[in-house]
Amino acid sequence: MADLRNAVLVGSNRVPFGKVGGAYAAATNLDLLTAALDGLVARFGLAGERVGEVAAGAVLKHSRDFNLTREAVLSSALSAATPAYDVQQACATSLTAAVQLSNRIRVGQLDVAIAGGVDSASDSPIAVNDGLRRKLLRLNAAKTPLDKLKTLATVRPADLAPEVPRAAEPRTGLNMGQHQAITTAHWGITRQAQDELAAASHHNLAKAWDAGFFDDLVTPYLGLTRDQALRADTSVERLAKLRPVFGDGPDATMTAGNSTPLSDGAAAVLLAEEGWARARNLPVLARIVDAETAAVDYLTGTEGLLMAPAHATARLLGRTGLSLQDFDFYEIHEAFASTVLCTLAAWESDEYCRDTLGLDGALGSIDRAKLNVNGSSLAAGHPFAATGARILGSLGKMLADKGRGSRGLISVCAAGGQGVVAIVEAI
Amino acid sequence: MNLDGIISGVLNSGPGKAVAAALGFPEATPLRRGEAMPANPLVVSAVGGASTLVADALRTLDLDAEAAVVDVPEARSTDENGRERPPAYPGRIGAIVVDATAAARVDDLEQVRAVLRPAVRAVEPSGRVIIVAGDPATASDVEGAAVRQALDGIMRSVGKELRGGATSNLVQVADGSTADELAQVLRFLLSGRSAYVDGQPLVLADGATGPRPEPRIVVVTGAARGIGAAIARRFAADGATVVALDVPIAGEALAGVANEIRGTALQLDITVPDAGDRIAQHVVERYGPDARIGAIVHCAGILRDKMLANLDEKRWGAVLQVNLAAQLRINDVLLRPGRPGGLADGSRIIGVASTSGWAGNKGQTNYAASKAGVMGMVRALSAQLADRGIVVNGVAPGFIETDMTASIPVIDREIFRRSSSLLQGGRPADVAETIVFLADPGTPLNGQVLRVCGQLIVGR
Repeated sequence: MADLRNAVLVGSNRVPFGKVGGAYAAATNLDLLTAALDGLVARFGLAGERVGEVAAGAVLKHSRDFNLTREAVLSSALSAATPAYDVQQACATSLTAAVQLSNRIRVGQLDVAIAGGVDSASDSPIAVNDGLRRKLLRLNAAKTPLDKLKTLATVRPADLAPEVPRAAEPRTGLNMGQHQAITTAHWGITRQAQDELAAASHHNLAKAWDAGFFDDLVTPYLGLTRDQALRADTSVERLAKLRPVFGDGPDATMTAGNSTPLSDGAAAVLLAEEGWARARNLPVLARIVDAETAAVDYLTGTEGLLMAPAHATARLLGRTGLSLQDFDFYEIHEAFASTVLCTLAAWESDEYCRDTLGLDGALGSIDRAKLNVNGSSLAAGHPFAATGARILGSLGKMLADKGRGSRGLISVCAAGGQGVVAIVEAI
Repeated sequence: MNLDGIISGVLNSGPGKAVAAALGFPEATPLRRGEAMPANPLVVSAVGGASTLVADALRTLDLDAEAAVVDVPEARSTDENGRERPPAYPGRIGAIVVDATAAARVDDLEQVRAVLRPAVRAVEPSGRVIIVAGDPATASDVEGAAVRQALDGIMRSVGKELRGGATSNLVQVADGSTADELAQVLRFLLSGRSAYVDGQPLVLADGATGPRPEPRIVVVTGAARGIGAAIARRFAADGATVVALDVPIAGEALAGVANEIRGTALQLDITVPDAGDRIAQHVVERYGPDARIGAIVHCAGILRDKMLANLDEKRWGAVLQVNLAAQLRINDVLLRPGRPGGLADGSRIIGVASTSGWAGNKGQTNYAASKAGVMGMVRALSAQLADRGIVVNGVAPGFIETDMTASIPVIDREIFRRSSSLLQGGRPADVAETIVFLADPGTPLNGQVLRVCGQLIVGR
């Protein structure tokens, strides 16, 4: 490890996140990702420059988006000689992209790179169902006009029902909220605690916007200048009035207010080798120290769908020799308020840490004043693939402001029972 | 089409043009813009003695000049109706430059009349009348001062008489002005870059020129659109490295401008207390710890028009903060000697004022206050910074066609356009040209506010 170089975060950019059907209703993944890249390019004067590599992706993807990131590079102000590839690891997409690229930087394969993610719930792909798809493929293969007509004649009204993408797990048929409701009940997370976390997210994000925190993190797009889901005036009382939407019966606790809204948006981070950045007088906000990905078996019900970050964190702390309390900031993605609270509860549980994570005892509790201090996904919105880059960009700025040696932990859960965590440190 | 479009359309096309003419709206001529010099010959005349300053300056520019035709009685002819005719040029002339630096007696002014009379009849569309004279403030006697000031009156009246987009300007040289310095000014005035500068005295200052820094970092506020975007583009075309600055909510357009000109975007509300520090920090974090700003253009400005009877403290304060107070604070920070990312010694500050700052305007007490304030800042700061070689000037745009002026009611807008001697609104690029001229280390002006208004009624 001693020979490895430092991969650092130079800066970031994102568009304000929109609500589904909102400001970006007519924008495509390509439009949004290009906007995020162009804002980043403008902030750091990279117009016409060749960046070593751009890795980004989307979760909801049209078939035409097969080469989305490279197409976005070509649409952007970057040099057309900038290579790019697509990555996809559900909600962890852009964090995974950043980890991959920082590793390439550390071993000397790249000096500068951009990681990002985009998603549009508004412009999501709608596929024809399998019946119609097969008939259309046959139609395409048919040689004579008569054969084509015959094929067309087999199309039935039922074939025309479209397939709309859902946030559902293919293997369980349950959507993410339904899965999380099981985990929430298991950990006994209260409605009150979830609503308090959601209100704090909105209040923290609103305060950050008002203080100009996002002046050099966000570039407006299509007239949207702040995150559209943000409700600065929300309160625990107001959130308490909402009807539960996930879980069953009188004990259901998860509402639209303490779950992330479907969102549109894109984010990108600029990564570089430390010396490269310093030689170009670029900011060096923080070093990407280490990262770990975990996956859990949620199918048998032994672990919750979104609990993988708890596992990844245990392994990452074990490897780096840090304790859970050795951080100045914790950025735990708010897929649902209860996801954060379940993760915290798991870390605090001696029994869970011993029996499930294989540790000697609990990782312990964290200082809640250090958690998501400038808001997170409940307030900002959650365009799936963009969230990791949003978090990394904001955290880097917070760490640089806090000063050398300050340290942050990022935790992002993802569909399929996966989770990515990373340690970032100001230098 | 909205009402504006309909009225403009009627006035500017087809039969409407005839109506407009009948109503006393003369037709506007497309102006010669950019680096283009006049198409026809340049003529030059030295008045009142043997000054060679203008001739030397023109030689520096490699421009051939012909002798002026002079309207003296013996040169006149008589036409078939027995009327006296002044002598005439055989064809069009591109420009006349009158060297009146030696003019000191009232009688000397007759020579100015005698060379201008044939010239104003012959000058081409978008041609130039330029008078070069001494500064009244440094005349050795009262008559000399009077004569030098008289030339200003001549220049302004000629500007109002000229047609076809031709302009009239006065250059007042300083005692130490060199031919090179005058050449820099004459090149600007003769070229299309000064298209919308008309009826304007340019007062040369001693000791205002210096070497051109490399790389030349230029900060432009309000750069997302309109005049600011044009300024940023023009500086980039001039080889400068541009920091394009605007409020965060204008970030999308700002990024577009910055990427187009390969500069950097700085999203910043200039009214925040640490705005100056954040500008300096941006310069250091992009261009290095030794980087200094070569020029800053304070272009960010807003309008909150209301008659004073209806004007509250919010509309008042917003305009004064953005248009005036912010740039005073930013200058203070960037001018701290040795400040990393601050203004270099020998750098240039450009304030953007407005003809409203001179003339006043109904519903614009706040705006006129801020813009007149900018002029006060230019004068005071230029005097204060002379020992560091830092030069401070301003521009006062008149009616410029931008999104901001598009909000003015259509009738008023048409009246503004046609109130100028050039009978038209200016373009953002016209303001940008004058600012780039003022920001050039070779330009010998300091403490001045140049109007870019096509001679719109009033102003110094």
